Amino acid sequence: MTQSGRKQKVKQHVIEEWTGKIVTSFCIVLLVVIIFSMVYFVATKGLSAFFKDGLKLSEIFGTTWKPDGEPPLFGALPFIIGSFSTSLLAAVIAAPLGISAALFMVEIMPNIGRKYLQPVIELLAGIPSVVYGFVGLSVIVPLYRDIFPGQGLGIAAGATVLSIMILPTITSIATDALASLPAGLKEGSYALGATRWQTLSRTVIPTTLPALMTGIVLGMARAFGEALAVQMVIGNAPHIPHSLFESTSTLTSVITLSMGNTVMGSMQNNVLWTLAFILMMMTFVFVFVVRWLERRAQR
Amino acid sequence: MKKSMLLVLTIILTLTLAACGSSSDNKPDNSSSAGNTSANSGKETNDKKELSGSILAVGSSALQPLVEQVSHSFMDENPKVSIQVQGGGSGTGLTQVSGGQADIGNSDVFASEKLDAGPAEELVDHQVAVVGMAAVINPEITVDNLTKDQLVKIFTGEITNWKDVGGADQKIQIINRPSSSGTRATFEKYALGTKTEDLQGAIQEDSSGTVKKLVKETPGAIGYLALSYLDESIKAVKYEGVEPTEDNVANGTYPVWAYEHMYTKGEPSEIVKTFLDYMLSDEVQNKDVVELGYIPASKMQIKRDVDGNITK
Repeated sequence: MTQSGRKQKVKQHVIEEWTGKIVTSFCIVLLVVIIFSMVYFVATKGLSAFFKDGLKLSEIFGTTWKPDGEPPLFGALPFIIGSFSTSLLAAVIAAPLGISAALFMVEIMPNIGRKYLQPVIELLAGIPSVVYGFVGLSVIVPLYRDIFPGQGLGIAAGATVLSIMILPTITSIATDALASLPAGLKEGSYALGATRWQTLSRTVIPTTLPALMTGIVLGMARAFGEALAVQMVIGNAPHIPHSLFESTSTLTSVITLSMGNTVMGSMQNNVLWTLAFILMMMTFVFVFVVRWLERRAQR
Repeated sequence: MKKSMLLVLTIILTLTLAACGSSSDNKPDNSSSAGNTSANSGKETNDKKELSGSILAVGSSALQPLVEQVSHSFMDENPKVSIQVQGGGSGTGLTQVSGGQADIGNSDVFASEKLDAGPAEELVDHQVAVVGMAAVINPEITVDNLTKDQLVKIFTGEITNWKDVGGADQKIQIINRPSSSGTRATFEKYALGTKTEDLQGAIQEDSSGTVKKLVKETPGAIGYLALSYLDESIKAVKYEGVEPTEDNVANGTYPVWAYEHMYTKGEPSEIVKTFLDYMLSDEVQNKDVVELGYIPASKMQIKRDVDGNITK
């Protein structure tokens, strides 16, 4: 009796084990297949501009974008510069804000911070990007137009909108990093007679720096790939701007603007895929940087 | 070891399958609509036959609201028909109808302007409406009229100040469309008569709503919009002394307008033809088309071909 009962139990256990294995490995295979087919699809589309239409690598890094010209020119350097400068500037604005907010929530006023402030900041992450774009176009662009020379649209407006969008990413990663810091470190610092400011600036921030950097890089990756909100406030002229308040484009904005209007398989369409491919490669670079930082954080 | 081999094999197999799938996507898919209509045509009664099947119309976002509204009333009359209307731009519409994925391709421009000659010849044009376009400026600018020459000089960056065309001393700010846009192609072809380059500092926006907002708010701004977007918040300028109105477009004195095309590949199937006929019927032309701010194709007193030749 007991023997057969145990046997049944073992059998059930084996079945559960196998169901779990099959379900999870199916999910992981599906995920891997999707990722690889996406990369394959974008890569073949993106490289066809070089192989089929005879575009040279040096041409794509030219400064003149004139797809309708005679001969057509596909210099994407203005877009690459636009993408990097907006996301870098956004990170420069958002990083001090996000890290300070995290310090406040974890170290200075944990009660109020974690209970009220964190949900509010996480709420920012849920706002759709079109709303950010429209607010940017209605509030930030007119403001910059009044204060600075130029039309208000440009890198500055784009970076401002993006910095608010990536604030939740930076803040929540910084909060987690600060909260997981062993209490002993801080206590040791206090025991040596350090003030709170000294503890924060000499012990807490240096130890958590790799994790804080991870948050910033992830935020930049988000800013780099954001299309809609940026497209609405950046002006979209295919030129390298002379100032932060002059119309320019990013990789994402030129793709969203032109993809629907060009015919599949035409050279311009293929070059847009090349830009998408560059965008994807850049995202990979960001991911590798994050992995590298994480490894450093574990050490 | 064995398991990981199995995993790798599965991945390779699925990838191969995925690759096969993408190439067969391009084959024509007319079977759904064509098959259904023929099956039902036997039931034909004398006054009205019952249609069934599905139509997919893809393309121009400028034409999308009209096709959508008309498709709803068409589906109310023919409950067994389902019509899907998708945006995506004129280029997408033409590609998909040419490739056979869509039954109707909506476009702001003639197919031969976007596609190669071969695929463009296979498409049959149905001109369902006309859209007029006007140059619009910020309401604080005192200019009322711009000649073709002045517009060309403004959009090529030769004139950069409003005082050179009779306005106050103020910098001109161009609010343009992306170079691939159908609206820009129309404006350049019929208002400027030449292609223009993207100027340093010029703003480009894709949606008419954003263009209107920016022209309204930006001092010294000039842009162009379809006539249906005009109101008091922006100022439409005369072109060569001609007011941009529907009547002037219809009688041929105002030249900046374009046909809205609905392309089919070859002659349309029965159900698509019925829908296009309904689109061109007086009921739709005088009601929905006018309501949404387009000019009825039937109202036009002139005709224009792809090269711009005008016939009465």
